[in-house]
Amino acid sequence: MNLLPYTIYLSFVGALLALVAGMKSAAAARAVALLTAVSAWGVALYAAFGFTPSSELLTLVNVPWIPQLGINYHLAADGISLTLLVLTGLAATCGVLFSWNIEERTGEFFAFYLALIGGVYGVFLSADAFVFFVFYEIAIVPKYFLIANWGSTNRQYGAMKLALYSFAGSALVLAGLLWIYSTGYASNFGLDQLAQGAATLSHTGQITVFALIFTGFAVLAGMFPFHTWAPTGHVAAPTGASMLLAGVVMKLGAYGCLRVAMPLLPAGLEFWQPVIAGLAVAGILYAGLVALVQDDFKFVIGYSSVSHMGFVLLGLAAANPSAVAGAVLQMFSHGVIAGLLFAVVGRMVYERTHTRQLDELKKLPLHRLLPFAAVVFVIAGLASMGMPGFSGFPAELTILVGVWNYSATLGVLAALGVFIAAAFTLRAIQVSFFGQAGADAAAHTPDAAHDHPLSPITWPEKTGAFLLLAATLLIGLKPDLLLNWIVPSLQSPLMKVIFHGGAR
Amino acid sequence: MNTSYALLARALQPEIILADGAVLVIAYDLIFGRRRPLATRLNTSLLLGALTLVGALIASVLVGAIGGFYGDNFVIDSFALATRGGVIVLALLTLGVASGAKVMRNPAEYVALILFATTGFTLMAAANHLLIAFAALELASLSLYVLAGFDKDRRESAEAGLKYFLLGAMATAFLLFGFSLIYGLTGELALPRIAAVLALGGMSPLLALALVMVLVAFGFKAAAAPFHLWAPDAYEGAPTPSAALIASASKLAGFTLFARLLWPGLGELAGDPSQPFNPGGWITIVALLSGASLLLGNLAALAQTNLRRLLAYSAIAHAGVMLLGVVIAVPAGPGPLFYYLFTYGVATAGAFGVIAVLENNGGCQKITDLAGLSRRSPLLAGALTIFILSLAGIPPLAGFFGKFTIFAMTLRIGGIASPTGILTLLAIALSAVALYYYLIVLKQALVEPSTPARSTRIRVPVTAAITLLTAAALIVVLGLCPSLVLGLF
Repeated sequence: MNLLPYTIYLSFVGALLALVAGMKSAAAARAVALLTAVSAWGVALYAAFGFTPSSELLTLVNVPWIPQLGINYHLAADGISLTLLVLTGLAATCGVLFSWNIEERTGEFFAFYLALIGGVYGVFLSADAFVFFVFYEIAIVPKYFLIANWGSTNRQYGAMKLALYSFAGSALVLAGLLWIYSTGYASNFGLDQLAQGAATLSHTGQITVFALIFTGFAVLAGMFPFHTWAPTGHVAAPTGASMLLAGVVMKLGAYGCLRVAMPLLPAGLEFWQPVIAGLAVAGILYAGLVALVQDDFKFVIGYSSVSHMGFVLLGLAAANPSAVAGAVLQMFSHGVIAGLLFAVVGRMVYERTHTRQLDELKKLPLHRLLPFAAVVFVIAGLASMGMPGFSGFPAELTILVGVWNYSATLGVLAALGVFIAAAFTLRAIQVSFFGQAGADAAAHTPDAAHDHPLSPITWPEKTGAFLLLAATLLIGLKPDLLLNWIVPSLQSPLMKVIFHGGAR
Repeated sequence: MNTSYALLARALQPEIILADGAVLVIAYDLIFGRRRPLATRLNTSLLLGALTLVGALIASVLVGAIGGFYGDNFVIDSFALATRGGVIVLALLTLGVASGAKVMRNPAEYVALILFATTGFTLMAAANHLLIAFAALELASLSLYVLAGFDKDRRESAEAGLKYFLLGAMATAFLLFGFSLIYGLTGELALPRIAAVLALGGMSPLLALALVMVLVAFGFKAAAAPFHLWAPDAYEGAPTPSAALIASASKLAGFTLFARLLWPGLGELAGDPSQPFNPGGWITIVALLSGASLLLGNLAALAQTNLRRLLAYSAIAHAGVMLLGVVIAVPAGPGPLFYYLFTYGVATAGAFGVIAVLENNGGCQKITDLAGLSRRSPLLAGALTIFILSLAGIPPLAGFFGKFTIFAMTLRIGGIASPTGILTLLAIALSAVALYYYLIVLKQALVEPSTPARSTRIRVPVTAAITLLTAAALIVVLGLCPSLVLGLF
């Protein structure tokens, strides 16, 4: 466990090394990036194997950083953060593998990429609100450049929108945190101290501050109606970056809600619970319906991301142990599945066919041209629909069980969202990969194959796909692996308070 | 009254060194430089100037924080000591900027003027007496007016100098009028004794007038809205190193002087910062200036296409935060204010350093002139990224912590419902607006491809490269370890 902070340091050092290596050759930069991502992931996995689940938040580092303000550099980990650290390592490694074909300014690409990863690791390990906030903002700027430089459709618009939404969100968070600090009852920015300070606020004050902090984080988690950055950003981003954005960065927001907003201000949670739950369900249904009518393959996946993150927010809003544990599991599950879907769409298909329009893809017999991609996408689609045997199933089921206890109506509506997810996923599978599977295709196919000699799937793509598929299967078959970490962590003194507000 | 001239001479060693150094630079150039090419004369002058500044820096550290001297007409507390050191470091950076900038006629005079301005800045840091403060401010201002109009080959430079001079002179008139009223009402010129007299009686209408006069002048000097009109033109037209000095060291010295004038001198009239809605006293006026600057600076910056004007409006926006820092300069200590001023100065001077090098390589007025910078010179692009992100307040760079500590302290002292608390929330909200225009700049530098007219690789002069790297390192190191600065107080 004590090695976990090195995930942060390794990533930042790796970012510098990749920048230097990129001046020599692209291959060197790739090697450095892969090595960094794998070793940071290795550190996380090593810690995971030695982890004994407990309700305690294990302090890893706690040294004075800015004594004048009482700020400590305090890193700590529990089962929840460990789950997300392992996810980050996996997503980072696979993201590097699926970025293997970046030829232009490779060193800079991986430098921004690894800096983003370092910020993400830092957020998941922070136990001090100031440190949390610093890492949270470090993760914003690299996203902009990754998308604006190496992205595709409408990239500058998508990048700026994403950066401004994230930054505006973090401004709300900063305002809320400083508001608590201004009460004078928090001697520093440690979460326990801030909780003390928050308790001295008036009821109205607590409700307002909760709204500031929760909304600020929820923007990044893609909460309806602040989700609009997500589809445009994901679509514009290069594959590796969209895997990270959907896979990990959106989790930063949800994690912030869970780790900072909810434990600090349980009274605020109680007040806003119906609103958040309502918005979450609205997001699930709305984004699902929008995904159903998209013409752009990547937009389908982008909106499906928003829909699935709605489940996370719904689980958090229900605020009972089952729902919250399910929300954390769904964060992991969605991180893996969204990564897989974006990898197939952005890298395997788009980089070869140079189109993402569903009606153009329909004319290609993709299931024959790219059988591997087709198989991966079908499996990932099944996982995304929440089929038993894949990680989406236990996650969404746990959330739905918890939500049912909170409000049966919302549970039914959210379950409806699962059906919509099945509909848009099946539509995407059918139209994109099997559009020419009909009888009239037979005559067409040979020409099409000759007209579009698609390059075969490379080894980095296969490795990445296998890693992600293995993860979703493993958790689908044995969700206890993660739930055993997550559930005890919810009983820690700081986290327990969130359950007082919600229905038990 | 203890008027020991020996102590005075010892305490003012840095100023003596600076003034002597300025004379030496001119004399050396007169005697040996006549027949040399301009570039050589500039480099010699810069070297002598830099040595002078280093000498002054060492002297000021050796003098240390000795408290009040010469009948308490001067004071060197930790704030004054830090500001002296800070302005000298910023002046050094300005010389580095000049080494990469366009070579102008009369280089020795240019360097000498920078040294004279620095003398004024260090005196402003130590002044504890209305007349000394005024003389120091004028020494600095007059040098800056000339520096702004120094490029005799460009009309814009003359325009910048004239505008800066006319508005600055008007501000001076306001300031002097305010000072004379204060003197007339209290019968004192030294700040501690003014404070003692003010403690006996409260606010009077004449005193309120005096306060308004002083604060209007302050607004002009700090380029706070609505007295900011000179800043965009001065930034745009002035030679780049002059603009760097105006934006960095003069800000630091000016805010130090006014924080001292307002708190130890007129602290009785401050009002209560934690009072909701109307704190009374000068805090109300400073809060109004701050709010106007935040709004106008950030919103007007959105519309800029000229990089220097954008930096000017960003400076106005930053002045709004600095004014908040003035409000808490005594309740929370001067640490946050100094940290903000110094790191802002380093980042701005660095940004002008990048502009200076670019001017010698195809020009740099419009933001789009930065296009393709990352391919033309990774060093310049990387340094500019650090400076701009620091100005935008992105951690772990120094600009972030500067904002954070001022916001935290303002809220802590005033509470959320006070005018300063509301201004803080406004400033936090506007920082998201600010990110937009800073990212527009970085987008040109790092994302856009270069235009055919500006596509050659840029050779950065060694001294300029060292300056930029030093400034960037300062921003990163101070951002990671703010205690290095905060611990001084």
